[in-house]
This record gives sequence, C-alpha cells and structure tokens, in this order.
Amino acid sequence: MSLLTTLARLEAVHQDRAQPLATVRHRHLSDRPMVVVPLAAAGEDGAPLAAMLGTDRDAPRLHVVPQPLDRDQRFAFLAALAGDLLPYLEGYGEETEQVEGTEKDPETGERLPVVRELCADAPQLVVPNSAGVHHLGLLGRSTRFRRTADDADAGPYPVPSRVPLLGRWLTHLRERAEVPGSSMLLAMTALLGRHWATGQSHLEDQHLGALLAWIAPPPGLGGAEAARYAESARDGRGQLHCPPAGPATDPRFDEKLLGPAVARHDAARAALRAAPPGEAARAEAHVRRTADEVRGLLEQVLRPTWDQVWRGLDLLRALPPGARVAERWEGDRWSYTGHRERLAAGEPPQPRFDDAVTAARKLAQREREQARLDLQEALDDPLAMAEHRLSGEAFAGTVEAVEAAYDTSGRTPKPRPLVTVRTGDRPHADPGREVHRVWGPPGEDGAAPAAQKAEVVRHDPAEGTVVLRLTSGMGRRREPEPGTVPQPGDRVCFTLFELSVRQAAPLPDPQNTPWTHGGPPGSASAVPGPRPGGPHTGGPHTGGPAAAAAADEEWE
Amino acid sequence: MNPADPTASPGAAADRVTAEILAAVLSGTERGVVVDSPPGAGKSTLVVRAARELVAAGERLMIVAQTNSQVDDLVDRLATAAPDLPVGRLHSSDGRPAPEALRHAGVTASPRIGDLAEQQVVVSTAAKWQWVKDVDPWRHAIVDEAYQMRSDALLAVARLFERALFVGDPGQLDPFTVVGTDQWAGLSWDPSRSAVTALLDHNPGIRPHNLPVSWRLPYSAAGLVSRAFYPFTPFRSGTGEGDRRLTVGAAGDGGPVDAVIDEAAESGWGLLELPARHTVRTDPEAVHVVARTVRRLLDRGLAAVSEKGTAPVTADRIAVGTAHRDQAAAVRAALTGLGVPVDGSPGPAVTVDTANRLQGREYDVTVVLHPLSGRPDATAFHLETGRLCVLASRHRHACIVVARAGIAELLDEHPSTEPVQLGVSVKFPDGWEANHAVLAHLAEHRVGLR
Amino acid sequence: MNDSHPGYASHGSAEPPAQRLAGLRGPAPQRSLDARALAALAANPGCRRRALLDAAGVDKTVLAERLGSPAPFGRSPFAIARGNVFEARVKADGYAELLLLLQRHLGLPEPDADGVAVPDLLPRAGTAVRAERTRQALAEAAARPGRWTLLDHPMLRLDVAGSPAHLEPDAVVVRPDGRWTVVEIKSFPILDGSADPAKVGAAARQAAVYVLALREAAAELAGVKPGDGPYDEPEGPAAAPDPTVLLVCPRDFSNRPTAAVVDVRRELAVTRRQLRRMTRIDRILDALPADAGFDLSTADDGTPARTDGQLADAVAAVPAAYAPDCLSTCELGFHCRREARCADAVGQLGRSVRGELGSLRTVGGALAAAAGGVPGRGARDGGGPAHDGGPADGGAGGPADAVDEAAARLARAAALRAEALAEGGLRP
Ligand code: SF4
Repeated sequence: MSLLTTLARLEAVHQDRAQPLATVRHRHLSDRPMVVVPLAAAGEDGAPLAAMLGTDRDAPRLHVVPQPLDRDQRFAFLAALAGDLLPYLEGYGEETEQVEGTEKDPETGERLPVVRELCADAPQLVVPNSAGVHHLGLLGRSTRFRRTADDADAGPYPVPSRVPLLGRWLTHLRERAEVPGSSMLLAMTALLGRHWATGQSHLEDQHLGALLAWIAPPPGLGGAEAARYAESARDGRGQLHCPPAGPATDPRFDEKLLGPAVARHDAARAALRAAPPGEAARAEAHVRRTADEVRGLLEQVLRPTWDQVWRGLDLLRALPPGARVAERWEGDRWSYTGHRERLAAGEPPQPRFDDAVTAARKLAQREREQARLDLQEALDDPLAMAEHRLSGEAFAGTVEAVEAAYDTSGRTPKPRPLVTVRTGDRPHADPGREVHRVWGPPGEDGAAPAAQKAEVVRHDPAEGTVVLRLTSGMGRRREPEPGTVPQPGDRVCFTLFELSVRQAAPLPDPQNTPWTHGGPPGSASAVPGPRPGGPHTGGPHTGGPAAAAAADEEWE
Repeated sequence: MNPADPTASPGAAADRVTAEILAAVLSGTERGVVVDSPPGAGKSTLVVRAARELVAAGERLMIVAQTNSQVDDLVDRLATAAPDLPVGRLHSSDGRPAPEALRHAGVTASPRIGDLAEQQVVVSTAAKWQWVKDVDPWRHAIVDEAYQMRSDALLAVARLFERALFVGDPGQLDPFTVVGTDQWAGLSWDPSRSAVTALLDHNPGIRPHNLPVSWRLPYSAAGLVSRAFYPFTPFRSGTGEGDRRLTVGAAGDGGPVDAVIDEAAESGWGLLELPARHTVRTDPEAVHVVARTVRRLLDRGLAAVSEKGTAPVTADRIAVGTAHRDQAAAVRAALTGLGVPVDGSPGPAVTVDTANRLQGREYDVTVVLHPLSGRPDATAFHLETGRLCVLASRHRHACIVVARAGIAELLDEHPSTEPVQLGVSVKFPDGWEANHAVLAHLAEHRVGLR
Repeated sequence: MNDSHPGYASHGSAEPPAQRLAGLRGPAPQRSLDARALAALAANPGCRRRALLDAAGVDKTVLAERLGSPAPFGRSPFAIARGNVFEARVKADGYAELLLLLQRHLGLPEPDADGVAVPDLLPRAGTAVRAERTRQALAEAAARPGRWTLLDHPMLRLDVAGSPAHLEPDAVVVRPDGRWTVVEIKSFPILDGSADPAKVGAAARQAAVYVLALREAAAELAGVKPGDGPYDEPEGPAAAPDPTVLLVCPRDFSNRPTAAVVDVRRELAVTRRQLRRMTRIDRILDALPADAGFDLSTADDGTPARTDGQLADAVAAVPAAYAPDCLSTCELGFHCRREARCADAVGQLGRSVRGELGSLRTVGGALAAAAGGVPGRGARDGGGPAHDGGPADGGAGGPADAVDEAAARLARAAALRAEALAEGGLRP
C-alpha cells in the first residue's frame, strides 16, 4: 500500500468514514450493466446453487438449484441462466462501426488499408466480489466442453446447446477480467476499493457489506460500527442481517435454514417417486412447495447483496468518468467483437490450457495494459499523479522563469528554451534525465497538444527548483509555436516516465514454438507441463473434442 | 562433482568444469547447455572464452544479455580479450551504447541487424533481439544472466538460434511481473518463470553444470554464501584463508565506525548495529551511519592486498547496496553531504544502488544497509533470498552490514502462509533460513552503536 | 546481536512448564493442535497470546464467546457431508482408489498376493492408547520390509512446547520400499491439474506437521536423535518419513479422486523452527500475573470458574500482535481487533501500514504528524519546499530524526493529497 493510501485510511479511521482515493471514476460503467450475484454450493467449488441477475434493479431474476447435487436441476439452472444472459451478451453485436486501420500483407509485407468492424458497445457484468468473478470462470470451465443434443456424439447427458455457449462467454469474460483496466466483468468490491479508502484493512474490504458501510454508513452510524454490524450482527434466529455477498453462503444459514429445507425437498421428491398414481398430483405439488421454500430462502439472502451492488453503482456513477476511460473501454469493445467473430467462425471452445505462445501473448498484453492503466489514471486524476510525485517519479510546480535558448549544432538553429520550475516535490531528477510534460485537459478547441520532452539541467532540492531544457513539441520553426512553451506563473507537471506505452515484441506463431519450450503444441517433443493430475491432464492441445469427451466424467 | 574436494586446486577444479562446458557447447548432443554460476565464479570469463572458441571453430554467434549495461560490459570484455574479433553491438534506436563498449576498434554499433551482418559476434539485449527478423538463424547463441531472463523472452528469441549456452546465477533475484499469472502456475511454459527453468523442464536431458569456484568472494565469504544461499550446489573460494587482506592506513579513532572497519578489514565481515527501533525505510540514522562508514573507509586509506597485488581502495572500489531506490537516493544525498563523490562522470565515485542493479557487479568493499533493518514487518519482498544474496556477495575483500538490532525477532514473527501451487517445484533456500544463517554469522563480527 | 538472537532451545533442556499450562486451562480437555491452530500459528507466529493459549490447549472458540466476540468460523453441513462422502469414496473397496493413486503418483508397484496390511488402530480408544497403538503398528510395518501397510487415521504424537500434542492424519502409508508417506484427503478440487494455492498451502503446512511427528516416531524407533539443520535429512531407518506427501482431492467437478504429490520440505523447516520457538513459552508464563487463568469450565450449578471479566483481564495480560489476517485464522480475531481499535493502533489497517509509518504506532499520532509537519504551507500553492529536514540534509541522526522522517513523509503526503483533492474539485 502506498503512503498516500495509508494516509487516506488513517483519515478514514479518524473520520469514521471512507475517504476518496480518486477524484474521477477510473472504470467504464455501462448504461445497462448486468448485475449477477451467484451463489455456490458449500464445499463444492463451481457447483451452482443460485444466481440473482438482471439489468433492472427493481426486477431481479432468480434461478436456483433446489438440490445442489442433482445433475438435472443443475443443467436446468444453467439453461435458465443462459436464457437470461445470452440475449444480453449477444445483444451488443447488432450495432457496429467501421474502423479504418492497416494490416500487413503476409506475402509482400506491405501495409494495406483495411476496414474492420467494431461493436459500438459491449456488455458489462458486475458481480459483488472477486470470488464471484472466479465462480463465473468455474461455471464457464464446467460448461464450455459439454456436449449438446446437436453434437454427433451427444453422449449420455446432452445439455441444451445454449449451455456450452454460455460457458464460452463466461470463460471469455473471466479471462478479460484479468486484463488490468478492463471493465467487461467487474467485481464491486474492487471497484469501490479503487475509489475509496476505508478505515479498515484491504482484507476486510473484501466484504461488500462492510465496505459499503464505510463508504455510505446508514444515518447515525459511524463507518466502523456500521461495518461491524454488517459483518457480524445476527437476528433472533442466529442469521446474519447482512448475508455474505457470495458465492459462499453463511455456514449457519446452511445449517439452520437451507439444509433442513433441502432435506424437506429431498423427502418430497422421494415421496413423489414412491407415490401411487392417485397421489402423484399432491406429491408433485409438495415437491414444488418445498422447492419454492428453498427458493424463498435463497432469495432472502441474495436480495441484500443485490441491493448493495446497485448501491455501489449509484456511488460510482456520482463520480465523473476519467478522460481516458472511454479509450480503455474501446479495448473491451474490441475484445467483445473478437469473441463474437470467433464464435461466428465456428472456432472450438477455449482450451483448458493456454499453449506457450498464447500464455506469453496474454502476459504481454496484461503488462502493457497495466502500464497503460497506471499512466492513464495518473493523467486523468491528480490524486493518482500525486502517487508519482510522492515517489519522485513526477513533479508539479509553477514556472518561475523562461529563457530563450537555441541548439545551433545543426544547419538551422532549433529552439531549446530553459524553463525554471519551482516545486515542493522531490523528483529523482538527476541532470541529463529526460522528462515528459503532462498537459492539462485539452483546451477549447479540443486538440491535444503535441508530446513534449525536456531534459533536466539542474535540480536544487534545497531551493525547490528544477531547471529544464525543452527539447521537443515546439514545432519545426526557429521560434517555438505559440502556446508550446510554458510562461512564468503557469502550473506545469512533468513525469520521469514516458507518457506512452511501449509495444510488445512479436512472438512466434504457436506452430513455430521453439525447442526451448517444447516445440509446437501436439508435437512429440511437446512434453506436458509438470502439472500433476489425472490421466487427462495433458498439454495445451487437450482442448476441443478430446476434452469434451472427458467432460462426461465430471459432475457425478 | 564435489567442488569442496580439497585434493584438487581451485584452479584445476574450475578448469575441469570449464573444459566440460566447452566440449558440451561445441559438440554436445543436447541443443542447450546450462551453466549455474555462483557469485563471481567467472561467468563472464566463461562467456568470453566460449565466444572465442566458437569463433575459432568458424562459427558465428549471437549473444543475449538482459540489460544494456550488461551488454556494454560484455562487449567491452570481449573486445579487450580479443581485439581482432569483429563484434557487433546491436542497440535500440533511442539508446546509445556506453563509451566503454565503443572505444574498441573492432566494435561496430548499429540499431539495424543488417549493418552487422559481417560481425562474427553480435551482442544485444533480449528486448532488442525480440524485434530482429528476416535473418538466417545463428547456429550458436550465448544467453548471459539467463536466470534473470523470463521464459516469454526466451520464447521470443529462441527462433534466432539453433543451439545455446545459458549462463546465470540461480541464487540471484528471480524475474517478476506485476500482473496476474496464476492461471499458468505449474505449466512448464509459464511465461513468468525464468528462462532456464522453462528450458530445463522441456529438455530433461540437459544437466546443468556448476562452476565450483568463486574468484570474487574471499575465503571469509564463500563458505557462508555457499551454505546460506546454495545449500545444494556448494562452491568454494579461489583464494585461501588470509590470501585477501585489507590494510588500514590511519589508526582508528576509537569510535564504532572505525571499529567495524577494523573488524571487517581483519575478518572480511562487519556488522554495525544500531539500537532496535522501528523506522521508515529511509531511516536517517542508519543512512547517516552508512555514509559515515564510507567516508571513513576513504579517509583511512585502505589498501586491498590480493593475488593481484596491492592496490588502494579508492571510491570506485566501494559500493553501497540497499533494498529500495529511495534508500539509495538517501544514501547518495548523505554521501554528497559528506563530500564523497557518487557521480562517476567526473572521476572515481562510490556506487550506490539497489540489489537489482548491483547484480553481476563486484567491488573491493561493500557497505550494505540490511533489507530488514528497522522494519516493523518482514514482507516476502524483504525476505527474498536473492536480494540478500546479491548484497552479501558483491565484495572481493570485505562487507560491512549496517542494521538495527531486532532482526531476529522480526524474522520469528514473520508469517509463513505462502500459497503452494501444484506442480511448481519448491525454491530453495528458504528466505528465513538464509537470513538467519547470515545474521548468525554477522553476530560474530558485531560492533554496537549507541 | 548475540543476546538478541534467540538461540534454539533444545528439546527437553529445561523443565517443561506443562503443569503451569494445565493449571491455566483448568479441568477442560486439552485442545489438540488441529488444522486451525496450525493455520493461526503460521499466520501469526509472533503472537504471544495465541502461543500461550494454544500451548495451554485452551478452547479459543469458547473463550471468544465468553469475551463477547464470537469467532465467525463454521463449516457448512453440506461441506462436511461432501467431505465425508469423498473420503469414504477414496477409502472404499479396501482403499482401492487410494492404492491406485499411490501407485500412479509415487511410481510404486502393485501390492502382491499378500495384499495390504490394514492394522486395527483402535479408533474408539482414548488418545494415548491410540497413539501407542499407532507406534506399534509403525514398528510392525517397519519390521516387514517389502510390504504395504496402510494406517487409516493413525494417532501421532508431537512434543509442542513441552507437552505432547496429538495429531490425526487421514492416512499414512508404509510403502514396500520402506518409506512412510502421509496422505491428506481434502475436498477442494484439483481442476485441470491445479488447485487453490492458499488451500494447498494450508494442507502442506498441516502435512508437514505430520511428517515432523512421523520423523520423531522414526527417530525413536531407530534410536537416534532428529537432526537440527534446516536442510538436514535423516539417514538410515530414521529417514523413513517421506517429505513428499500425497494430496488426494476430487478431480475437476466430479467426486472422483485424483492426487498430487506435494513437496513439503520448506513447510517442514518452517514448522520445525516455529514449534521450537514455542518452547520460549516459559518467558510468556513468567510475565503472567499469578492469578491469571483461562478456566472455561462451569460448576454444576452453572457458576463459571472464572467470570467473563476475569477472563478478559487474563487475556489482556498477555500481549497480542493483532493483524487483520487474524480474522481469518484465529478465533480471537474479533476480540483482538476491537482491542487494537480501542488502542488506536495503526496495525488495525494491516501489517504493511506499519512499515510505512516507522515508529508512529497510533492513528492519532500519525495524523498529528501529517498535520503538523507543514504549518500553513504546501497545500496552499504547491510552491516552496514542503518541509525541512530529511535525508538530504544529512542530520546527525538522533532518535528524533527517525520520527521526524516518518512525520515529514506523512506531512508531504498530506500536502500532496490535499492539493490533488482540491485540484480534482473534491475539497475546494
Ligand atoms: S487474534 Fe489475537 S490472539 Fe489470535 S493471533 Fe491474532 S492477535 Fe494473537
């Protein structure tokens, strides 16, 4: 944790209320987010128990698995979930825009203009916490290889065709959630935690109810007290007032309420199986009643979390979006567009393991996006820039003097004005160090100024002055273009880091994976990783149909 | 294979291993040769030698290092050892190679590989090599500091060569990333691991060679560093007990700083211990003591007596190592305040840097601000063995550690809730044990400071 | 450094304070060193309060309730049921699945015609009897080289802080090659060859304690003393316990078992030294008021042996080292958090926070430092040096400097924060 965050937390303790960690909102929020609150069956990772979801906060949809061990009920649940989610996920494909770009001709190496389609918007799923993100990933993993009745070899337990499709979407969203700054699948605790500092630890912030209690405590209560109430207050039946935000349920809830209700449902189903024909209708009604009872219990524990997620969205919407948030959202739109295209092209489901090249590519992408995110947040938000100023990686101050100077080494003299900046910051600005100018928000005309670099000439920490020589961004003439050189009295900010993100180096095609990494996937020399596991733990090439065959063994 | 075999002289033991390595490089059956080199075991010498032998055998080769300064350093060494050898220094378009690399007649520098087609040896960073395309693969490559290279970087450059010699120090800092990589943990091609581990997992026939002798570390340090950081691949020093000495010109002033200098001159180690206190990272008191120690080292006119003869310990033969950059900055400022040069451009200066940047460097005397000094908590970062290993193994003669008391207690309180990934082999040594071994040893050379 | 370096107290060198510990606990049965206690030890080895309570075998769950901050831990009946079903499946049909996994993952031969010996370990007997029976069974197995022996829920003994603790692994296998392998059966899944690293880590630490106990047993059988160095491997018959354990888990989303071998050498070294440090319990005892006690029992008429207030006083008399991790590992987490908050301790925000603040230990103190360092400067216009002092001035380095340094950094941060908030329009 940085010192600035620590300070904000200390203040939060003192004020008994969360303190801002950002002056703008750093993530994209959709106009129509899909909130999903999933619950998992205790002790069984990835086994669904219930989900409350929807885009209308007043009309959540609820799906439950009354007997979590029952395979048919599970598939019915997943089919229902797919029925709600897929129209939402697929619905963003309709409106597209044309984007011009260039593409290299594989034969000639020439750059040719191409026009590509980009979806105008993309879906956004919001879950309560990062465990929820993980759970959706597990659902994706457990369903994307399932075979359907349409498959040639459907196997003994075909599922509706929407189910594996849902699995592929969830897998994609879960993967995308690993990319720093992406907003297609968000955890509310992470979102709130990025924008507010509470008076408790990061660990305790993982509890959505407690986190919200610090940010927006109920009237008359302090943050600490409200959080403690959210964490542990129980009613007369021993049940939490604020149930955990899932996917795990409170063990006491399982023990006292859910367990008995499931047992009653089981008994009712047993009775139905044993019922003589004449009694069947009554027995069936009883089964339905007991199922509804389970459903009612789950609704009770889901609804508070559902409301909390929406409350969190309200709080976040009150923040103005950062200037570069839309640019990052475009990355999500590309990602969405790409996944749609892959589905349309009939590509197989994502494999269980990334091959060496894909893994390296993803890592490079994540690192690049992390760098972009850090950079853009700093440019969008003075509070984020303050982190860099405190660590000596940037400095801000007031221009004290400007002295015209020129580089006369070339044929024509170039402007190299000397700028003296007075600052209270203590940058690691050794002489000769290159620095980059941070421009304020674009002016009236909206045109972004050219990038400008400078070189540190002198740095006097005791005096609080830095003398810079501007080296670029002043046009091509002998005299700098108007407005490109700061004037005495101007506020300026410079960073010691570059203001653009470097491109990642190219990687080979997977079929050209070198010998150092086992050769191409599927080749004899591609030994599988040292990961232990059952007989079907193979290399990256175990996705696709082979994996689907193994999937039948799952979920017994 | 027992490097501690007292019957062979260090030189003979090292020569035997080197001969085996060179034979494997020139005519081994495996495409890869891996050499594990403890600190100062002649890694660079081996790289230069292998390069010359390959060229002598009529081969062209590429050399991959990890940082620009490593590349410049290597070019300098190569060109010094073999002035006739045409060496290419491939660099990025916005970077300039260091003057030491360019001062040789045989060295050609260019940002374009096409310009270097004539050079028998081309050296560059892994980052730059990744962009090289449209060339015929080299038959041979040497990858230097291979344990600092990430698997994904090797994946990107391996298309450029057929066979390669990988040289590195497994005890130093591992490569890292700030983004999530859990989903690949346990896979042999996990892109965030070191290049060598990926290579070894995919090529089980490759058996790493171990360089058995540290030529840098004195007798007084080799045993400790070997035991604490290389418990399963021991090495020894090239020089014997008492072969390396420090003589002190001016007598001490009776104060603790001078006392610890005398202790270090005598024994090779010194611990200057400040009273226990929790401090911020840039503990001004400790920083000041570090600076004072350096000042006194210079003032008292030390001379290093070694197998190379006797030479004064000038500012450029002294380094200060820290864990964090702000600590290094604070020490630099304090040194400047005491009139000690820290900027090398006008003349000899003391090097002050973090463990990461001191990797691969060597000095006569080092002054180390202990990574755990004054900390209220010990994080995984501070316990990482590589960090301490780098800091404790940069010196040829003596190492003085400045620390606050209480580190042992801090270690005891350190939680051990490390997650375990299936299929990822355990990394030894354990940070706690290594730290304790070093502390226990330092305790014998302690000077207290009130 | 010599005196501050806590030397390894060797086993049995001093009279174990077992009696005093038993007295503190009262008549309640001693709590064993179960998985939760081990997790708490790993998460906070420096906490004396936990060390003392665990050494005395006090039931911390009950204690937490009596203190008014009940522990939030519990296991869902669904999870328990699933765990039991899974373990039963692994052990069904004469341990068929388990033996297959052992063969596959440890490269062992199939049992020959003699089959696998499964001695009766008297599961219904008392702890001491069971421990003795397990010891015998191990000795018998060791005397029959080349054969498989499977110990189902053996009872192992380990000396902790001078008193014996009892441990019950899921299974220990004596292999035909004479090695002993600990088997841990867990109900979290291994999905595509990997599993939740936090859970595997906890399982590894738990298994390491079993290996440690087995090593003591093996050393005793062999009549030697266990080695001392961190990387020491025993030799001869004492080397039988394998530091590589078999973790058996459900595969993917099914209920079928799969397994992974886990090298627990590192956890072994860590646990060994942590347990050894616990022998310093006598020092904690020395500092305890004579009348302190943790007797949680009640008389037949319902009168507690100690009132809640007395218990609270006794707990307060032992220093704690609260960190937020405690909440998920130690039963007293909520209690100690309340205490830390009352004390305004910065540690309530997490361990790393303390590192940022050096010797400033209270929230109030830190905020005062943040407010006091910049009298009227910095936030106003961002001009001028925000504070004086700091490393660049190379002060003489007195103790006050260290506080000043933390204070100066905080003040600098506070000024920057105020400036940035104002710029962002949040606090004009
Ligand atoms: S909760 Fe309290 S007793 Fe338990 S480990 Fe933490 S500080 Fe110690």
